[in-house]
Amino acid sequence: MRIPILKMYDLLLVSIQVELDDISALELQEDLLNKIHETTAKGVVLELTSMEIIDSYIARILGEIVSMAELMGTKVVLTGIQPAVAITLIELGIHLKSANTALDLEKGIEILNDIY
Amino acid sequence: MKTTNEVSIKNEWDIVAARQAGREAAKRLEFGIVDQSRITTAISELARNIYLYALPGKIVIEEIHKNNRNGLRIVAKDKGPGIEDIRKALEDGYTTSGGLGAGVPGVKRLMDEFEIDSAIGVGTEVTAVKWLK
Ligand SMILES: Nc1ncnc2c1ncn2[C@@H]1O[C@H](COP(=O)(O)OP(=O)(O)OP(=O)(O)O)[C@@H](O)[C@H]1O
Ligand SMILES: [Mg+2]
Repeated sequence: MRIPILKMYDLLLVSIQVELDDISALELQEDLLNKIHETTAKGVVLELTSMEIIDSYIARILGEIVSMAELMGTKVVLTGIQPAVAITLIELGIHLKSANTALDLEKGIEILNDIY
Repeated sequence: MKTTNEVSIKNEWDIVAARQAGREAAKRLEFGIVDQSRITTAISELARNIYLYALPGKIVIEEIHKNNRNGLRIVAKDKGPGIEDIRKALEDGYTTSGGLGAGVPGVKRLMDEFEIDSAIGVGTEVTAVKWLK
């Protein structure tokens, strides 16, 4: 299942509302990079509130999205990571240190608007 | 009510099926939301390892009741190549596939009990238990 990417002014918005399988995660990565290129968006918000699980594979894909977008000149902010997911990620040993994060969508958008 | 559930792992979608079965079992036992996340994530890691390194295999999710305690046992069994150096596989960051090397050591931290049994050319069996507190 393809995850929709919305354009809002000069930002792209992705809200992951489905259980993310490995193939959908890779497709999202590819679609998002293409969309960044097409739209020259200055920032991306990845809204993760609905995600009940982030395992090491999904975490690696998210981290790669952040680095790849950065390489293209676009900042990515991860928003809304649930407490249980944050606890699990840290126990897994995954820190996603290179990623910008925010508590919710609004704060994520504020961060991107402050950067530019 | 079924208290044992088996999911055979053949493709990427079976990884999702296994973790959904784990989430349901964890909810049924009334694990808290954080333990549900730990259990589901552990299953996802073990199922993906089978898919990546050791097809065919399966995940068995089993309710356990012992000395007035309830828990969930996850067994990941495969007939893959086996793990050559289990001690290495337990180190954070050790990977042969360009992964994060977080799976095996992560599962050990996420669960209360953890055991690996592996034989070269025969397969691997990982058993992990979470107790309801
Ligand atoms: N069931 C298995 N059969 C054979 N080898 C395995 C199995 N599970 C793990 N391994 C080996 O152990 C290594 C470490 O596994 P681990 O899950 O910790 O990290 P990874 O899968 O490489 O990366 P990550 O899980 O972080 O995406 C793997 O790279 C693989 O070589
Ligand atoms: Mg792994």
